[in-house]
Amino acid sequence: MAQVTISSVNKIYPNGFHAVKDADFHIKDGEFIVLVGPSGCGKSTLLRMFAGLEDISTGEIAIDDRVVNDVDPAQRDIAMVFQNYALYPHMTVYKNMAYGLKRAKKSKEDIEIAVQKVAKMLDLTPLLDRKPSQLSGGQRQRVAMGRAIVRSPKLFLFDEPLSNLDAKLRSQMRIEVRRLQRDLGVTSVYVTHDQVEAMTMADRIVVLNAGKIEQIGTPAQIYQSPASVFVATFMGAPPMNMLEGGFKDGTLTLSGGGVIPHHSHGANGPVSIGIRPEKVTLQAEETPGALPFTYEFTEDLGAVKLVHGLLGGERFIVHTHEEAIIGDDAKFLSIDGGSVHVFDVNTGQRID
Amino acid sequence: MTDITTAIAQPPVRRRKIRWNRVFDHVILILGSMFMLLPVVLTLLTSTWDNVTIHTGGIQYSIGEDAFRNYQKALFEKSGFSQVVDGMKMMTNSLILGLGFAIGKIVISMMAAYAIVYFRFRFATFAFWIVFTTLLLPLEVRILPSYEVVQSLGLLNTYTGLIVPLIASATGTFYFRQFFKSVPEETLEAARIDGAGPIHFFFDILVPVSQTMIAAIFIIMFVYGWNQYLWPTLMTTDENMFTLVRGIKQIMQVWIGANIPDYGVAMALAIIAMTPPVLIVILFQNWFVKGLVESEK
Repeated sequence: MAQVTISSVNKIYPNGFHAVKDADFHIKDGEFIVLVGPSGCGKSTLLRMFAGLEDISTGEIAIDDRVVNDVDPAQRDIAMVFQNYALYPHMTVYKNMAYGLKRAKKSKEDIEIAVQKVAKMLDLTPLLDRKPSQLSGGQRQRVAMGRAIVRSPKLFLFDEPLSNLDAKLRSQMRIEVRRLQRDLGVTSVYVTHDQVEAMTMADRIVVLNAGKIEQIGTPAQIYQSPASVFVATFMGAPPMNMLEGGFKDGTLTLSGGGVIPHHSHGANGPVSIGIRPEKVTLQAEETPGALPFTYEFTEDLGAVKLVHGLLGGERFIVHTHEEAIIGDDAKFLSIDGGSVHVFDVNTGQRID
Repeated sequence: MTDITTAIAQPPVRRRKIRWNRVFDHVILILGSMFMLLPVVLTLLTSTWDNVTIHTGGIQYSIGEDAFRNYQKALFEKSGFSQVVDGMKMMTNSLILGLGFAIGKIVISMMAAYAIVYFRFRFATFAFWIVFTTLLLPLEVRILPSYEVVQSLGLLNTYTGLIVPLIASATGTFYFRQFFKSVPEETLEAARIDGAGPIHFFFDILVPVSQTMIAAIFIIMFVYGWNQYLWPTLMTTDENMFTLVRGIKQIMQVWIGANIPDYGVAMALAIIAMTPPVLIVILFQNWFVKGLVESEK
């Protein structure tokens, strides 16, 4: 239960690699923050700076107004869940969970009470005498969670904790982690490269790219008004369609021909146009404003279908539920007004 | 109909082919083990005969009648010039040397490897390679200076003098370094967050995790220490400090007048000297194999 302030934090490795550039944000009490980005974007480095496993080159991290730059990991009142769980292989589940408390010089009785309580919360009670090697992946994951919870820290740090699990278990654990966090009300920072995890779990998402924060916002904000081309294409599956185009006399025109419905914009010149795959409709007949579409193939996912084709000569994906208009019948495509994103061609920044 | 069912029930009997390369492999293996075992078996058989038979007939190929006498004499009769040391005493000395040697080597090399792997000090890699190159300088090369040092410290004929100069181990350091490097980084980080300092991390986590590795190295080093010959020979002049390996030779040297050397006793002592290392290897075999191949950490 704490707030965290990150003020212009930089991480520069001795070899000159600038891993985190001017990270600057505030985490509210009890908030679940997800740091997301492609591998090598600095998200793990940032998390490890929270933990104290990585030195902060410049800037400050403060947990509850206490600057922790030079505080030992153990003294920061944090707990961390690792990707490979990092359980102690020679200790039983009970001892794994108790170790941190033991080092904190808690009494045997207090440790017993705390561990039993958390074990019950996570359904680990029957497993307390087992060693990690006798547990399944999901169980190990829960033990790692338990080890973090039992210390009742101010801040939870998760470093891609679900990426070693199979798909089914992962979606299950996603919900479980989120529910636990909400029940405990502990401020959490969660690192992942999986945008589905980011969207489903976060109160707020921090999107990182090449060490820089691209955007901070709620999942809805990130999805509905991405701040840059990077965010637009990184968040969402399938990714947003990006087309080349430009404003001519106040109307938005595709380079390959065709007018896109969009509110007028003062300047003329080239822009990047982003359209979410689910914000368009395929149709067989031409209607006013519809653009010609060339069908290529369909990926059938059961509930939904992803129709691949060309729009004005560029690749375009349509996300549809409709049975009727797929295949070569899909000759036209109409775009829902108000769901077109426009970005600067050079900087990739959003233009409103 | 019946024809078909019988045909299915009884597939054509095929003569098992003799796989000649497997026969060949086995012949090689059997020859190899005989080659290794034969001297031991012959020693064992000969050790059950009286001295006269051995002296006149040489190596014996059957079981004699003096087994009890020879082994009793080897273990419990005082011998040597000073008549103060018996087999049990020498066995104790050997045990102390073997255990001290093995435990000392493990402790020292674990600590050295811990420093090299987990602490970022200047020239750590360089330090490691320096340690590693000492492999090229075995005891025999530095035996005179070592003797000089031990002698000037007044450590001749002491257990300390017997063990300490042999204790530094490049091999051990190397094995533990490789092992520590394979322990995931996250284990260390989890321990740091759990509040374990360098000492607690070492004793609470690293040492227990290395158990099988320690066992494997213990076996190798114990056998190696037990079989030390040159250094104890040089170091010990007091018969009370003799090790078994060294004592065997001593028996054969007692050649006074027309006496026949105690061949039977010497053979018995050789067998006795062989037993503890063999026992250790048999008992810890499982751990030994695990330590060398196990990957789970």
